[in-house]
Amino acid sequence: MTTVDGQLWNLRESYLYDRIVIAEIHRAAREGIYDIRGFGAKRRVPHFDDLLFLGASVSRYPLEGYRERCGTDVTLGTRFARTPLELKIPVTIAGMSFGALSAPAKEALGRGATEVGTSTTTGDGGMTPEEREHSKTLVYQLLPSRYGMNPDDLRRADAIEVVVGQGAKPGGGGMLLGHKISDRVAAMRDLPKGIDQRSACRHPDWTGPDDLEIKIQELREITDWEKPIFVKVGATRTYYDVQLAVKAGADVIVVDGMQGGTAATQDVFIEHVGIPTLPAIPLAVQALTELGMHRQVQLIVSGGIRTGADVAKALALGADAVSIGTAALIAMGDNSPEYEDQYRQIGSSAGFYDDWQAGRDPVGISTQDDELAARFDPALGGRRIANYLRVLTLEAQTLARACGKSHVHNLEPEDLVALTVEAAAMARVPLAGTDWIPGAAS
Amino acid sequence: MTTASEAPPVETVDLAVTPLRELNQRLHDLQKGTAGPRHWRVVNPNGAHAIACGLDASVEVEIEGHAGYYCAGMNKQATVRVRGNVGTGAAENMMSGQVIVDGSASQSAGATGRGGLLVVHGDASARCGISMKGIDIVVRGSVGHMSAFMAQTGRLVVCGDAGEALGDSIYEAHLYVRGSVAGLGSDCVEKELRQNHRAELTELLDRAGIDDVDPAEFRRYGSARQLYNFKVDNAAAY
Repeated sequence: MTTVDGQLWNLRESYLYDRIVIAEIHRAAREGIYDIRGFGAKRRVPHFDDLLFLGASVSRYPLEGYRERCGTDVTLGTRFARTPLELKIPVTIAGMSFGALSAPAKEALGRGATEVGTSTTTGDGGMTPEEREHSKTLVYQLLPSRYGMNPDDLRRADAIEVVVGQGAKPGGGGMLLGHKISDRVAAMRDLPKGIDQRSACRHPDWTGPDDLEIKIQELREITDWEKPIFVKVGATRTYYDVQLAVKAGADVIVVDGMQGGTAATQDVFIEHVGIPTLPAIPLAVQALTELGMHRQVQLIVSGGIRTGADVAKALALGADAVSIGTAALIAMGDNSPEYEDQYRQIGSSAGFYDDWQAGRDPVGISTQDDELAARFDPALGGRRIANYLRVLTLEAQTLARACGKSHVHNLEPEDLVALTVEAAAMARVPLAGTDWIPGAAS
Repeated sequence: MTTASEAPPVETVDLAVTPLRELNQRLHDLQKGTAGPRHWRVVNPNGAHAIACGLDASVEVEIEGHAGYYCAGMNKQATVRVRGNVGTGAAENMMSGQVIVDGSASQSAGATGRGGLLVVHGDASARCGISMKGIDIVVRGSVGHMSAFMAQTGRLVVCGDAGEALGDSIYEAHLYVRGSVAGLGSDCVEKELRQNHRAELTELLDRAGIDDVDPAEFRRYGSARQLYNFKVDNAAAY
């Protein structure tokens, strides 16, 4: 037996059956049910990290950091809505439900978004008074379940998002496990307390794009054509989905890549359905461009946005704005080492915690336990969200200025190169050091 | 300015000449406290979609003819009567008030409704009462397949027959069917029709204006509550 510093050097772990795979087979055999968890895809897929910006040099003229202005504002819903959303930064907060998240966490998202002039979004479960009160700009989701849906909230909202799917589970419905169905959640959703609540995967009153067009017409009529209508899709057949959503009358398209987060979904779904955010953006932009609708119908991209570099790269590929979910929860303290002892007590560890479905979150974010939720300070959480959003924006501006852009929306694919052949093909930008875009017509 | 006392008793709007947007805006303006007619008559609907949707005022709207999708969608307070057939999603997500359809309804009638009463004097198609959340629905004729799918609360009364998979994945809604049921969905079972249920039926039929049907002739269906929490032993039922 060969050992160095107590480590066995003659043991070889199987690539096919590594410890993660073995643990999952053991768990499945023991429990007899698929693994349901939160967070998003954990596998590596081509992403924004595989792209680099070409900063200005002799052939391009940069802007001075800290001095020369680089705009970040964005207007969403300019196609039909009488009152489009005017946001100061191109980073929005994605839909996350009260139920999946605690009421203080929802409030914090609203506080943070409002502080920096952007929007937040409701989720599957309706609109809480706290989030409406603390969100200057609130997008109200119309989901298949219609939990909590009512016309008063529809009119109270600043925009409406018809959710067709999400990146973590395109084609799948939702699940809120019984231990998160508190009295308040049950009342908002018209369900008995403590049951496993299913969210349907199909809308109950429309099927297909022709119906969707009529559904959007109804929503516009109910709200007197005031509110922008978003259509959110999980990234799969993105080119066709975007074209059909435009045809149906959407003001804004939200494309959520497979890295998009979830509160509770089967692991097999999270890791094996949908396409990454990186290829989804060019597909969506192509669909919009061919219809003459790029920038007329705004494109919001989500799924794995973590840094200002991610923001800038998404915008450079043609998005008008991005949306964050998982990163927002982390910004509020999710997976913080500060709670390591308590993560250990529930069989996890800071940096790995993904049991958002379980409702035992020691930070008080993904829980309906009053005692745990009370640990979370919505004012402090809001401040952290605002800080984080500011950093994302500053970083994106830094990169844009380096590319000589006076507005982050002036970033373009020409500013990017790819580090890998896969990323070059998916993002449709050249492999670094070449003019080769795999798959592009020569 | 027209005051309520000066308003004509019935305001007639001809959709052959008046844009739908104008009709709905005038009806919506009533909820903002604007004085105006309380009784409306809509002629030449010609199957238009989203007629009288999003109302929130105690008004009566009579639609003389067929209406398209989402007629009276998300209704609050208003009474909307359709003297014809309606398309998909009539009275969807209704909160309160009444919607009465003299003819038949296409699929998803009363979908996700949270209150009020929907009466269909003809037949209703598939998914009638899908995801209903407190609405009462009375259908004089029959309903199609997957009716009351994932029905949460509220009551569905079917004086005729029900199609396949009635009440699939039902929660706490009460289902009453007078005729045959082609098949029950997952976790939906027949339950005893007790005196309190007959009283409930009597009240619903009375509110729907149906007085020639005996509540004792109905069968009651509801949730077996076996699928409320996931158990692997029930996997075959999903």
